[in-house]
Amino acid sequence: MKPLNRVRSRTAVLPFENIDTDRIIPARFLTTTERVGLGRHAFNDWRYAADGAPDPAFPLNAPEAKGCAILIAGRNFGCGSSREHAPWALLDYGIGAVISSEIADIFRSNALKNGLLAIVLPPDQHAELLAQPGIELDIDIAASTITLPDGRVFAFALDGFARHCLLNGIDQLGFLLDAEAAIGAFERRADPHRPSLENPA
Amino acid sequence: MSARTIIDKIWDAHQVRAETDATPGILYVDLHLIHEVTTPQAFAELRARGLGVRRPDRVLATLDHSTPTLPAAADGTRPYASPEAAHQVAQLEANCAEFGIALNGWDSPHRGIVHVIGPELGATQPGMTIVCGDSHTATHGAFGALAFGIGTTEVGHVLATQCLLQRKPRTFAIHLDGRLRPGVGAKDLILHVIGAIGVGGGTGHVIEYRGSAIEALSMEQRMTVCNMSIEAGARAGLIAPDETTFAYLQGRPRAPQGEAWTRAVAAWRELASDPGARYDREIRIDAAAIGPTISYGTHPGMVTPIGAPIPLARDAQEAKALDYMRFAGGRALTGEPVDVVFVGSCTNSRLSDLREAADVLRGRRVAAGVRMLVVPGSVAIKHAAEAEGLDAVFRAAGAEWRDAGCSMCIGMNGDIAEPGQLVVSTSNRNFEGRQGPGARTVLASPRVAATAAVAGRIADPDAVLEDAA
Ligand code: SF4
Repeated sequence: MKPLNRVRSRTAVLPFENIDTDRIIPARFLTTTERVGLGRHAFNDWRYAADGAPDPAFPLNAPEAKGCAILIAGRNFGCGSSREHAPWALLDYGIGAVISSEIADIFRSNALKNGLLAIVLPPDQHAELLAQPGIELDIDIAASTITLPDGRVFAFALDGFARHCLLNGIDQLGFLLDAEAAIGAFERRADPHRPSLENPA
Repeated sequence: MSARTIIDKIWDAHQVRAETDATPGILYVDLHLIHEVTTPQAFAELRARGLGVRRPDRVLATLDHSTPTLPAAADGTRPYASPEAAHQVAQLEANCAEFGIALNGWDSPHRGIVHVIGPELGATQPGMTIVCGDSHTATHGAFGALAFGIGTTEVGHVLATQCLLQRKPRTFAIHLDGRLRPGVGAKDLILHVIGAIGVGGGTGHVIEYRGSAIEALSMEQRMTVCNMSIEAGARAGLIAPDETTFAYLQGRPRAPQGEAWTRAVAAWRELASDPGARYDREIRIDAAAIGPTISYGTHPGMVTPIGAPIPLARDAQEAKALDYMRFAGGRALTGEPVDVVFVGSCTNSRLSDLREAADVLRGRRVAAGVRMLVVPGSVAIKHAAEAEGLDAVFRAAGAEWRDAGCSMCIGMNGDIAEPGQLVVSTSNRNFEGRQGPGARTVLASPRVAATAAVAGRIADPDAVLEDAA
């Protein structure tokens, strides 16, 4: 993972609530065994009309949404299936940050592990961003702030560990592998509350 | 020690290292379930780093999502939906062989939907931490296990280290008291709960389902309830283990045996939340007030009692959902013509679900023009159903009796509905296009789904089944 400390872009807006991961990447594209190349199917069934041509009614197909790396989405973004193909598809499509007033737990965790910022803002700030597609935002990860064109700054909460990993491009598996001694000790420790571990699985 | 919830107890017992402000905790995983869709990239990562699988004995692997539900041809070729689907299955076979994981593959009598076979084998046990690259892992919470879905990167973490980096979730008690009305089951109950708390209502939380209505449920029904916890946004859902749980597990192939069984049960009895334990959130729902419940929109929080007029759209979101479903607000869905009925999925594909559907179909026929698919959750369930003649009931009624798998719940194997078709489905998600591009899904219990098949339209079982008899 590459270190990431800033995402700066105009915004594209998808004003719908409860955008589930089946919307972000439909199941029929999950037969891939790769992480790459899913961008062309991001939002596939909204993005393309039945004849395969881009559907002009889909907000991200508007000319002004082209190249936008920040997606402002309606409440409860990323709900449903745990498929990590959803953040993979968004990243491959060119999205670097998603902002909503509520983001589903598993999506958020998957996104941050892949260097896709998943930011939750209070409803009033979120509503303001939803209402103004195309404004330029400057997201500073170290400071955990979003600067608006008029100079106002929205702060957002980001788990310190996730921030550290994003800023330094650290992947978390290394951190777990370093805990090998503790894991081994745990496995050898008998615990009456974990009878399952006494049995041959 | 102060009073703790079952969630606290399981969490505390699995902490390799406690969380701090700077770092998440390290949580040990007792059982890791894997399937073909969310693992190839994780195995590739292990290979790229030269890592092995730490505890292959704690991995339960199967094939379910991309697998055809029609039998293989005489030459052994299976009717995969695409070369990619076949490749994905072959990949898991190869990965399991390379990394020393026993796969419940095509030839196994234990193959089936990952959340169905764990309990069936007795691999799912109280007090365990269980994860899977699949959001319906909460199903295993029915046994008093802390079971939750993870992404593929985390699948790699667990394969390599048997651990996950986690911050402790908040706790949410949902009390369901009162007795369910006759003909009302677990599916109605959980759809009602999701409608009450909303699709984001459980975000950041693990739900403990409590109360007399929950205690009265069978294990199969408890699995249906816990299965759909993710549909309320919760990380997991669980139910404290009790005599019903122990009776279900005793004697299953991977459950403890003999002396170990006695010790295990003694430990499992201590798991229930202590009196006075505090939850971050608590609500109460009257189970006696719940009737047959179905979904009418494009997420599982848009639900209605079956005969009631569905709400008028309150905002643009709901208008968009009704527009997709081609339903009019203010009118009941009963009478709506149905094209496809699907009985299956990790929510409702167990033997009791198949019996419930068969009870409706026995001596009746699937209405002309309706296609009905019945897909058992596992090979073992398929055999058990055939042993008691359920397959004959389904076939005689004109339904298709298939091999085990996820099938039309997700449509990855080619079992899909046509654009615009209305599907009454016992699965868990009515998202736009979930059952095929443009397909419209109404979530329901097996009883309501089978009634729709017979009537050819959405119908209240209590009203239809009597006069049709
Ligand atoms: S049956 Fe459906 S929800 Fe369950 S594991 Fe399979 S695809 Fe997922």
